Amino acid sequence: MDGHIRVHLNGEDRDVPAGVSVRGLLESLDIEPDIVVVERNREILPRGRYADVAVLEGDTLEVVHFVGGG
Amino acid sequence: MAETRKRDTAASAQAVGTFLQVETDPAQGKPPSSPGELDDGPLIIAGKEFGSRLIAGTGKYANPDVMLAALRASGTEMVTVAVRRVDLSGREGILHVLDPEEFFLLANTAGCSTAEEAIRYARLARAAGFNDWLKLEVIGDPHTLAPDTPATLEAAEVLSAEGFKVMAYTNDDVVMAMRLEDAGCVAVMPLASPIGSGLGVVNPYFIREIKRRLTVPVIVDAGVGTASDACITMENGVDGVLMNTALAAAEDPVAMARAMRHAVQAGRLAFRAGRMPAREIAVPSSPTRGMLE
Repeated sequence: MDGHIRVHLNGEDRDVPAGVSVRGLLESLDIEPDIVVVERNREILPRGRYADVAVLEGDTLEVVHFVGGG
Repeated sequence: MAETRKRDTAASAQAVGTFLQVETDPAQGKPPSSPGELDDGPLIIAGKEFGSRLIAGTGKYANPDVMLAALRASGTEMVTVAVRRVDLSGREGILHVLDPEEFFLLANTAGCSTAEEAIRYARLARAAGFNDWLKLEVIGDPHTLAPDTPATLEAAEVLSAEGFKVMAYTNDDVVMAMRLEDAGCVAVMPLASPIGSGLGVVNPYFIREIKRRLTVPVIVDAGVGTASDACITMENGVDGVLMNTALAAAEDPVAMARAMRHAVQAGRLAFRAGRMPAREIAVPSSPTRGMLE
């Protein structure tokens, strides 16, 4: 797809706009950046860097948050 | 280390009491002091005070409103949460319901089956930015949900060294409990019975023994089914109890949460009051002298 890159996001292959930042990606998915944690290629990304870090072709991203649990 | 831990059970039994005082030294089992009142001071873990000895899970509730009402009714100040992928189709996380200012969040590693996986989840949980506390749980058997204790110990050592305040879910094994304390855990959490089983305390002797031998708080985690189970748990002298299914799966979770609140307080108070010795013989309560001819 032109102008898009493929990433592996929460276990699904997704095409996202080339050059999008992690923050931009979260916003496009309606995810509040302040209550999630992003792991990119097995490394936790500090929240302060979401706006600076670009999503790259082939990245594996895990976006997690807290859910009910015992 | 091991040398400094309380090895002399005869001496340390005094700090624990004996639930069933059968065939034991009568000097044992005395409560630490006479409380007189329900409030015996806070539960202190790693220097942090909690006004309630009940820790509650947040899973399996029918809906968020019931969960919140039950948590409030239980009096708990500390609740566990799990780390999971955000559902990209829009299901909301628990922080839309739960205020971290109202309840201290204890992230867990539920669902993890290796030390490596638990360490990964722990780091993700800490990156959420609330605190560095963790309920460490590594499951070794999907049928019983029994903990993989060697893997738990391995993860506890790594995470404690990284500064996590680790509260480790483990089985009712006194040796493993001591190893977890040595690894730096701020609390050790033996099970009462399998997670979600509601079978109550199946091994009270080892729960008491773990409490006798450890210096860090002992929280019984998993297996409590109803108020009497929570009460018996606390009567055994432990510092607190963690429950989830007993509240969430009750027909009326809010009412059960109120019952549990009272049960935990009653059990704690009974422990501190020092129970009478149990004996398999009747002893009259009224005077035997002074009966009419």
